[in-house]
Amino acid sequence: MENFINDWGLTVTTFLPMVGVAVMLLIPKAQEELHKKTALATSLLVAVMGILILTQFDFDATGQLQFAVDHIWIDVINSHYAMGLDGMSLPLVLLTMLVVPLCIIYSWNHFPEPQNPKAFLILILVLETGMIGTFMAQDLVLFFVFFEVVLLPMFFMIAVWGGDDRRYASLKFFLYTLFGSALMLVSFLALYFLSGSESFVLSDLIAAVSSNGVSRTAGLWIFAGMFLGFGIKVPMFPFHTWLPDAHTQAPTVGSVILAAVLLKLGTYGFIRIAIPVLPEAAVEWAPWIGLLAVIGIIYGALGCLAQTDMKRLIAFSSVAHMGFVMLGISTLTDFGINAAIMGMVAHGLITGMLFFIAGSVKERYHTLDINRLGGLLIQAPRMGWIFGLCVMASLGLPGLAGFWGEFPAILSAYNPGNGLPVTTFRVFMVISALGTVLAAGYLLWLLQRAAFGTPKDEFAEDPSITDVTKHEWISWAPFLALIVAIGIYPNLIFRVTDGAVDASLDDCLQVNASELTPEQEEALGCASIYNLHEDHEDHEDHEAGE
Amino acid sequence: MMTELFIFAESASQSGLPLGITSGGAWLLRNAWLIPLIPALSFLGILFFGKRMPRKGAELGIAAVGIAFVLAVLTGLAWLDHRDNYHGEETHLAVVTVEHHGEISHDEHHDDSHDEHAASGHSESGHHAAHSSLAVSNTVTWFQTNGVDISVGVLVDGLSVMMLFVVTLVSLLVHIYSTDYVGGDRRYTHYFAFLSLFSASMLTLVISENTLQLLVAWELVGVCSFALIGHWWEEKPNSDAALKAFLTNRVGDMGLLVGVTILFFAVGSVLPDTFGSFSIAATNTVANNGLLSHTALLVAATCLMAAVMSKSGQFFLHTWLPDAMAGPTPVSALIHAATMVVAGVFMIARLYGVFFEGLSIGGSSINLMALVGGITTLVGASLAFVQRDIKKVLAYSTISQLGYMVLALGVGAWTAAVFHLFTHAFFKACLFLGSGSVAHAVHSFDMKSDMGGMRKAMPHTYRTFIIGSIALAGLPPLAGFWSKDEILAGTGGWGLFGGTGGNGSYTLMLVMGMITAALTAAYMTRCVYLTFFGEFRGHGDVHESGPRIVVPLWILAGLAIVAGLFNLPKGFQLVPDSFQERFGHYVEPVAGYFPTISHATPSWSLAIISTLVVIGGASAAWWYYFVKVEAASKASGKSLTELPNGPTTTYPLAKIIHNILDKKYYLDHLYTGIIAGGTKGPLARMAYRFNQQVIDGTVDRVGETAVKSGQFVYDKIDQLVVDGAVNTSGRLSSEAGGELRKIQSGKVQSYAAILFAAATVLAGILIVIV
Repeated sequence: MENFINDWGLTVTTFLPMVGVAVMLLIPKAQEELHKKTALATSLLVAVMGILILTQFDFDATGQLQFAVDHIWIDVINSHYAMGLDGMSLPLVLLTMLVVPLCIIYSWNHFPEPQNPKAFLILILVLETGMIGTFMAQDLVLFFVFFEVVLLPMFFMIAVWGGDDRRYASLKFFLYTLFGSALMLVSFLALYFLSGSESFVLSDLIAAVSSNGVSRTAGLWIFAGMFLGFGIKVPMFPFHTWLPDAHTQAPTVGSVILAAVLLKLGTYGFIRIAIPVLPEAAVEWAPWIGLLAVIGIIYGALGCLAQTDMKRLIAFSSVAHMGFVMLGISTLTDFGINAAIMGMVAHGLITGMLFFIAGSVKERYHTLDINRLGGLLIQAPRMGWIFGLCVMASLGLPGLAGFWGEFPAILSAYNPGNGLPVTTFRVFMVISALGTVLAAGYLLWLLQRAAFGTPKDEFAEDPSITDVTKHEWISWAPFLALIVAIGIYPNLIFRVTDGAVDASLDDCLQVNASELTPEQEEALGCASIYNLHEDHEDHEDHEAGE
Repeated sequence: MMTELFIFAESASQSGLPLGITSGGAWLLRNAWLIPLIPALSFLGILFFGKRMPRKGAELGIAAVGIAFVLAVLTGLAWLDHRDNYHGEETHLAVVTVEHHGEISHDEHHDDSHDEHAASGHSESGHHAAHSSLAVSNTVTWFQTNGVDISVGVLVDGLSVMMLFVVTLVSLLVHIYSTDYVGGDRRYTHYFAFLSLFSASMLTLVISENTLQLLVAWELVGVCSFALIGHWWEEKPNSDAALKAFLTNRVGDMGLLVGVTILFFAVGSVLPDTFGSFSIAATNTVANNGLLSHTALLVAATCLMAAVMSKSGQFFLHTWLPDAMAGPTPVSALIHAATMVVAGVFMIARLYGVFFEGLSIGGSSINLMALVGGITTLVGASLAFVQRDIKKVLAYSTISQLGYMVLALGVGAWTAAVFHLFTHAFFKACLFLGSGSVAHAVHSFDMKSDMGGMRKAMPHTYRTFIIGSIALAGLPPLAGFWSKDEILAGTGGWGLFGGTGGNGSYTLMLVMGMITAALTAAYMTRCVYLTFFGEFRGHGDVHESGPRIVVPLWILAGLAIVAGLFNLPKGFQLVPDSFQERFGHYVEPVAGYFPTISHATPSWSLAIISTLVVIGGASAAWWYYFVKVEAASKASGKSLTELPNGPTTTYPLAKIIHNILDKKYYLDHLYTGIIAGGTKGPLARMAYRFNQQVIDGTVDRVGETAVKSGQFVYDKIDQLVVDGAVNTSGRLSSEAGGELRKIQSGKVQSYAAILFAAATVLAGILIVIV
């Protein structure tokens, strides 16, 4: 068993959903019940695989790739079928494995129009393969393929099962992300050729870049390409406008998957590929990433305050929340990137839950217009309480998961990685702290309008407004339990990510610069990084304290 | 680059800084975390099973808080023993000392205060018993990041033990009171669930070992406050008040986040092997030893003051507190008078090393904290005059008294501040619960239209309310007199008969405190008159509340009488020495994590003058209400609340002042109308319009152009150049889409094709040019 997991675990996990898809393709469309059961069984099997992997995972070596496989894949371009799992990808893989079956359970009895569970569930399973594959791929071509595999099912999900404006939204989502992917691919190819790497395998590329080096200009351009590709997916301000449309139009489950997992593909790309491969370019770009991140935090919050549609508001809040994640990443510190991964998981759980609730509210009230809602706590008290809990989690209340993504990210910005402009990042820190006030504002305002008060006359006597159903309970309970569990004991995530983040970061970014003698600094070859930003001296002064 | 000298210290060896904490001590002290755990479990129990219990969960809440109270008392007793008899090993902190002191610029001010405090510390060395008071610390790892363990645990010393006692006692009484007061409420079970959660969070806060834990508990008590203020959320004013409380506190919490962050890294910079530390003991210790730059401490202390201002209702972030009276009255007594709102005061007391150094409290005559406290105490007291809602009088009074505490901490009178926190908890809870008792009877909080003459119908409530009022006004020998008098003496500004010592000469604060004392006596006299004297102006038949309300009132009234005796001033000739300053002895730390402060000497002359001031204030109000208004009432045959042609109608200036007070200094207008309204309205709309028209508009136009040129490129280039790529993307979409492909696939394929083509071309260009 152990050997099987070691050699085949990741491959089986990734492609198991495709087996389910193959089976479902053979089943006639009319047998809906069978389709649902097959899809659920497949996704549960994947989750079981996940648990098996978890039992074999060595938590004392989170910094190393485990269960790694590496075979020649496309010989002619030196692309490998390289997969692996470490502490950085594990939480996100598990999140994916959790979200998919719960989404299937949630849609059990109410598939969005125009129904057709077969096609809908097949798309979800294809998505699962793409998402898990992206988090496990260790070869850039393979990564790219999985990254793109995700795109189509989501496109169809929005285009077919979406709201009134679905065609516009789906096309925009597709084209925008594809545009980013194109630049990302350009960067991957350029990186491969310029670094003279043996293959597209990530570790080869990192080694090649650090031994052969790429010119500063090339590094900057390559990073910029990845920055756009990943940044659009995150989405970072100002590339975020596809997101509110896609979320608003997507069916509930589509929104949940989009928020819970798809957005993380972008941030994951930054910490898995862009920063480890090109640390020097990362140092140069980091202040700009940080700047866009804090603009996103404030801007997303202001966008939320202007919304009258509950789903669109939650969508805009993603821009703000992912801003915190990107702020953590832009510090290029272990602390900040740990916070970012925590933020990804927390945002996945919390915003995923909020979209679930929005979907259920829409199903009951047939509207998400905040002005028409009210008194949810009276008509569906349990759902109201769950909503309240998720709102609190989303605004970063300590004791719930969201806080551990937000506060450490703010904290890390006070002391960014070596070579970054300290004063600039401290300004970012203060601005992002202001974002927490605005977040409380728009979320509590939403809670007040939707859940407090008394129901409006048009809905007061509506018999279709019921409390949480059995399927909703089953699909929500794990989310809620995790939001609380991680909130109380954040080490569930930090313990896993810490080692991997540490291993992925360039040594020069990590060491305490003030403790280095000039000789040590030279031995590490850090001079090029440390002198990138001019107010480096400033940094040292602060580091040293008194 | 500086060279550094590392001093590595073994725990309990003589090197390193003595932290003033120990990992030993009695079992109860080391395991004080049990006290918050019990109400936390009861929260879960009530939440999941409360509705099925015979008394709807209230019994579980009362039992949990009851056990917590017993444990708190036992812990307190254990502390008394520990304080006097513990001789275990002290934990030391290894620090990095930096040579080249010349490189670091001290500003003059800091040096001055430093010398002063060292000197004054010297003169005080004989003041305390020879051995220091070691706090008990016990921690476990909470999480790790960047290889650093961040811990969670308990820091038990006199301050936390005192707070445990106050919180559990008031919470227990409020629980019992609530079974009557909110009996039959539509959300009775949820109410008790949140009371439990609040108790757990507040108890966690007071035993916090580090600032991160403090921050977590700080926000949790805030959310409980939010939930309980908005308990009756069906009515919009209530949920508005809850939102206002939460948002105002969030503004202050920004300061907390930033302040905690600054301290984390500042402390980390002087510790070997770590880049940061949240530990309260370590933070205070390195601050006390002058290892942190004054600038860092000043900025951190200023940021933390913002948090204090919001949580403890200090001017100018106090406006949420009066609105918070929308919650049930027992909640107001527990959260918005006795416990949660003192969290800010507690935090200053806890991190006193940071504030003392950062704000240069020693040897000064004014600083930010003292000034904020002084202004707050005046603002609160003046606004209490114009309220017609009895709870709002008490709310503004709370603001004013919290101002007193902050003022006291600002002038260095640590023990006086903490002692005032202690006594205030009892008499203010007594007053709030008393007002609830009256309101329960007349179904209104409006003193002018629905109360009056209540002393006949409600004798117990009347008597306890009078006791609470006298204690609040500060007449000897009730509790408020002793603590207030220590604060006034602690300002060190009493120059008339030779001064009282203290940490500086804060004469302005003494004057502010004196004025407030007079105002307090006057507005409480007004409140008592309007509620209990004159003729009844309400409707219906009123009668005294039941035992579950009256007994807690009497317990609190009893404490309001005797609590002051716990800290009789040193040199108070009427009692033996062993009865003097007991509170100070057991509560004020004498340890590495506490700064060396000077203590003021009590002054008979000051005590007499301040008492005369109180009597003066009370007499003025008495003359106006009990004599003039009473006479006018008799003359007109109606029960009046003001003179028919009083000063506000006669004198223009009085009218203007009354108007300003009536509008609460226009602060609500500024916050709600201009700042919040401006952000939510024009600013948010502007940002959104920018988003839709500029950013998204650009995207749309790029898309349109791309579609047009794409069509062209597809026709001309696609089939020739990137056939393979097209096929790949086509296969992908057919797998995925099946029959759905019809809808959009034609377009999608072409876009994908263009994309791959473009990617290849661009990659080529990039490789060629760079």
